[in-house]
Amino acid sequence: MLGLGAWRARNRPAANAVLPLPIGEMGWQLTDHRGRTVRPADWLGRPAMVFFGFTWCPDVCPTTLSAISGWLEELGTEADRLIVALISVDPERDTPEVLADYVGNFDPRIVGLTGPKAQIARAADDFRVIYRKVPRDDGDYTMDHTAGVFLFHADGRFANIVDFHEDRRFAVPKIRRTLS
Amino acid sequence: MKHLILTTALLLSAPAAFACEAVTVGDLTIQHAWSKATIGADRPAAFYVGITNSGSSDDALVGISTPAAGMSMLHETVVTDGVASMPHAMRVPVPAGQTVQLAPGGYHGMLMVLTAALKEGDRFPVTLTFEKAGEVTTDVDVLPLRSEGPDCADAGQ
Ligand SMILES: [Cu+2]
Repeated sequence: MLGLGAWRARNRPAANAVLPLPIGEMGWQLTDHRGRTVRPADWLGRPAMVFFGFTWCPDVCPTTLSAISGWLEELGTEADRLIVALISVDPERDTPEVLADYVGNFDPRIVGLTGPKAQIARAADDFRVIYRKVPRDDGDYTMDHTAGVFLFHADGRFANIVDFHEDRRFAVPKIRRTLS
Repeated sequence: MKHLILTTALLLSAPAAFACEAVTVGDLTIQHAWSKATIGADRPAAFYVGITNSGSSDDALVGISTPAAGMSMLHETVVTDGVASMPHAMRVPVPAGQTVQLAPGGYHGMLMVLTAALKEGDRFPVTLTFEKAGEVTTDVDVLPLRSEGPDCADAGQ
């Protein structure tokens, strides 16, 4: 809901409200799991694969990261040019150090990004991603969030989405088309 | 022959071998119980298992419990308009003659308030409660966080 509120406040044209902005028109600034600052312009010139999640997530996020690791292995060195980024929707818990511990379990090409709440909200707006905090029965909380994986061309144009339950047979060709 | 030797070698070395063993209660066979390793004990874990009902009447999984977690419940990951959430599942139907999987991206046992981090190679018991068949306890193998399930010779996944 945070993301949606910020989106309304800036009152951008609603025409493309469901598709991510081109990367070149995005305005976030985040920190990667190695502590380096990352801005959208840093990605231009390389195709990108971006998804949202959080490290306290027991099912959806490790499942997505396992799938992505499998796709990257299948693509091999072909995917070395690809930017692969997980943006945390839970910056309260996901510091760069926490993200480093987490992404270390998957393909080394996957980068974890986090930042101040306002920058996460900005990124979610730019990607048209929804996320919300949900209280859990044990007093802790979990996050609902958009589960698709976004693909962008090297010039920053949005290319495609790989849905959460999409088969590898369809996902890998989609990525390959973005790489060419 | 080469394949056979390879399979045997894998079975000997794979920590997942126990997940391939089955336990039964009434007409139900419980197999492939596994969990993903967790980073620390603060995070929840997910529990996965396959349940085959070879009987002629429907049953349902209605609860799970384990000494490995202070609170366990059944969840179902659902994606609505592209947004993933995991509501509590009151019961997981196990229809007669069918196999139901608690598997990544769908039904799972949600293990909260872990007593200790789940480490790759660990095993812990989980008790499943069924509407009709009653209770049964199975051992759960902890696989790497990246795992997509145990590698069983019968390809039960
Ligand atoms: Cu859950």
